[in-house]
Amino acid sequence: MAVEERDPHSGYLTTGHEWNGIKELNTPVPRVVFVFLALTFAFSLVYWLLMPSFPVGTTYLKGLLGVDQRTAVTEELRRASASRAAWARRIETADYATIRADPNLMGLVRETGRPLFGDNCAVCHGTDAKGGPGFPNLTSGSWLWGGKPEDVARTLQVGINAAHPDTRASQMLAFGRDGMLSREDVDAVAAYVQSLSDRSVSSGPDAASAAAGAKVFASKCVACHGPAAKGSTSIGAPDLTDAFWIYGGDRSSIRASIWGGRQGHMPSWEARLTDLDRKILTLYVLDLGARAP
Amino acid sequence: MIAQLTIQERQSALMILGGLALAGLALAVAGGQDLLAAHGWLTVVCALAGLFYVISGYFEPEPSPERLARYYDEPTKAGVVIAMIWAIAGLFVGDWVAWQLVFPDLAFEGAWSSFGRLRPIHTSGVIFGFGGNALIATSFHVMQRATRARLPDQITPWFVLLGYNLFCVIAATGYLMGVTQSKEYAEPEWYADIWLAIVWVTYFLLFLRTLARRQEPHIYVANWYYMAFILLVAVLHVVNNLAVPISFGSAKSYSVFSGVQDAMTQWWYGHNAVAFFLTAGFLGMLYYFLPVRAGRPIYSYRMSIISFWGITFMYMWAGSHHLHFTALPQWVQTLGMTFSVMLLVPSWASASNALMTLNGAWTKVRDDATLRFMTVAAIFYGISTFEGSFMAIRAVNSLSHYTDWTIGHVHAGALGWVAMITFGSIYALVPKLWNLDTMYSGRLVELHFWLALSGTLVYVFAMWNSGIIQGLMWRSYTEAGTLSYSFIDSLVAMHPYYIARAVGGLLFLLGALVGFYNIVMTIRTASAAQDESDAPVLGAAVQAGE
Ligand code: HEC
Ligand code: HEC
Repeated sequence: MAVEERDPHSGYLTTGHEWNGIKELNTPVPRVVFVFLALTFAFSLVYWLLMPSFPVGTTYLKGLLGVDQRTAVTEELRRASASRAAWARRIETADYATIRADPNLMGLVRETGRPLFGDNCAVCHGTDAKGGPGFPNLTSGSWLWGGKPEDVARTLQVGINAAHPDTRASQMLAFGRDGMLSREDVDAVAAYVQSLSDRSVSSGPDAASAAAGAKVFASKCVACHGPAAKGSTSIGAPDLTDAFWIYGGDRSSIRASIWGGRQGHMPSWEARLTDLDRKILTLYVLDLGARAP
Repeated sequence: MIAQLTIQERQSALMILGGLALAGLALAVAGGQDLLAAHGWLTVVCALAGLFYVISGYFEPEPSPERLARYYDEPTKAGVVIAMIWAIAGLFVGDWVAWQLVFPDLAFEGAWSSFGRLRPIHTSGVIFGFGGNALIATSFHVMQRATRARLPDQITPWFVLLGYNLFCVIAATGYLMGVTQSKEYAEPEWYADIWLAIVWVTYFLLFLRTLARRQEPHIYVANWYYMAFILLVAVLHVVNNLAVPISFGSAKSYSVFSGVQDAMTQWWYGHNAVAFFLTAGFLGMLYYFLPVRAGRPIYSYRMSIISFWGITFMYMWAGSHHLHFTALPQWVQTLGMTFSVMLLVPSWASASNALMTLNGAWTKVRDDATLRFMTVAAIFYGISTFEGSFMAIRAVNSLSHYTDWTIGHVHAGALGWVAMITFGSIYALVPKLWNLDTMYSGRLVELHFWLALSGTLVYVFAMWNSGIIQGLMWRSYTEAGTLSYSFIDSLVAMHPYYIARAVGGLLFLLGALVGFYNIVMTIRTASAAQDESDAPVLGAAVQAGE
């Protein structure tokens, strides 16, 4: 074993141990280490006294401040909802027209509606509510189930093809897959449907096909989409004559809708959002549409 | 490699591998259509490959008794190379998932390549694959040098190293297939856990056997830390993974703990994995390689003592700070927080003990990138332990919890501390192992250093910013008393930081690639000459250990 020696650089003695060339100095522990140990320990001691700390038998030390995270959260939530109560009550009780005419209340609707929509609806309808393939644009003014506030509120409450007992049910049949129409008829009626919103089809090479499709449409589709193909808000059948499409307005998307059918699913929000939140969302969505260019 | 084993050892190797093949076969048969069978067959294939290898070298001449006068470094060499391979794989997957967070389509619609499956490959790959192999390899080196005793035999270290890697491979392939028990850092299922427990206990016994034969009266600090690492990881692993398989033919098991007890056990484990795997083990590395490289004595033996006992004692209590504001009783949260605060003092004592050791060697730090790796590691160790104690405080935690700040904190520790000390140690170790004076290229070490440092800084600053912005957005209210932002708003705000993070990760990965190349080139230029001074006892034969 090596003997103690003095390190020329620091002036301290070594401990006399050596491992494969590694030595250790016997430097005393600097005082700050003890000071900080004492400080952190004192802090902990005080904290233990004030807050819930060590267990004793089947209970625990409650702490002098009597703080408890559960009651603290409950209390905070109570206070937060009390601070919202004033305006919340006005939105809850006023009818839609009154609220929409009141710029103050509409300011609140926009402010609270945006994060509500972002957290609950944007995953499907997009942050701007303009939708995407399979999910309708909510700002277009072209509604499946009607654009009156009561209609939209009802859609939010019960959902579409949802688990709610009173859900709105919508069913676009799989005419091609289920053999109700032949391949040619599907192609023809697809051309016809496209021609309703795109005039160039009736004058182009598909004019004949579109004309044949009109007959198919009159026999198979009018029941739901109506004779003028304007749709029906009582069964959620879309207007096929406008520029707004859920599943796409190009020929192959239209054809896919007719061939394979469509059953969009929109959850029911009754159990997940309060009446107030759903009312705010209804107003918010309508407001987005009203302000959309 | 087989030539290094005695005949008895070759026979035990055959028996072990035969047993492993049978165990694998049993899993494969019992598993039937279950994913368990895939791992059974994987084990069979590995065991058969091993058997074939042992048999092909079985009749080579036995090693000469002269070997006993030298240290046994072959497993260390293999461990270093394996560690670097895992580093590249783990960092690559890490950067991939970082880009997935920027461009979700980079999952290419595969189930195996989804974020949820790749993320544990990244974490296990870097922590267990890279970190674990580096710890095992360096511990074999350090335990022999600091005790002046050769490893007690030739087969146990190989069993530990290769058995451990079998565990890592089972873990990683399992995640790809969706086998997980959903406990962070303890995802592998029951059969992998049993295997790791066997390997790990063997590792601990190997350590004790070497220690028992030491020719130094005192046990060096590095070995205290390695021992704490091995012992406590065994305890943590066994307790947290207590589970009941739904049948012996199924990969799925359920933890014996449930509800908040399960959460508490998991985070007692999780936090102590940070303590004993990612801190104690790597402090072992630091305490050995830093003074050797700096050529300076450890600044203070007494500081080593108080930091060792402070760290080992206080970490054990701190895990509940991961569960602030949850269903966990508040008194448990209080204990977690206060012990985390007290833990700061021994942690900083350790970091300053390392930095003060450099007094008198700062010019070397300037000139030698290897030593600079270790220095920066000690600094990041100080930063991340401060940050950890800070984030454990309830008020801070209410802002930082569930945000990217946590990710930033982890990576300040993982990249800045764990990976830097490992790279430094490997650069110090590789030339020694292959009997060279220096690495193949000092300039590439320098390049690696700057890539690693800049990658870490970019990563950590991106996540600090992103985490704090996230935390503030989640808690900001409008005047009306409702939330100002939706969750998606906060994601949109994160986007630029996610790009920065992925770039930082890429720099770090590039550094590791440079390092791997440099190590391979060093090995290729290795000389056959032996350094006669690097032996248990100078000039004399060592007492036989077998
Ligand atoms: C899981 C996806 C999903 C989510 C989440 C979702 N929606 Fe829908 N929503 C749909 C789909 C799909 C439709 C169209 C159903 C159909 O095709 O008949 C729809 C339809 C609607 C309609 C009817 C449109 C019309 O033309 O009559 C309204 C209004 C609506 N959603 C509002 C909301 C609001 C508000 C939220 C948030 C609370 C929300 N949605 C959340 C998928 C979703
Ligand atoms: C039983 C009622 C019903 C009948 C009959 C019916 N539809 Fe529909 N159709 C619907 C409903 C409801 C939807 C909306 C489905 C959804 O959004 O999930 C729809 C959607 C569509 C769409 C997609 C619209 C879009 O915005 O993407 C097209 C195209 C369409 N129908 C064409 C037809 C044609 C052509 C026929 C006749 C061959 C037909 N439908 C017959 C109820 C019907």
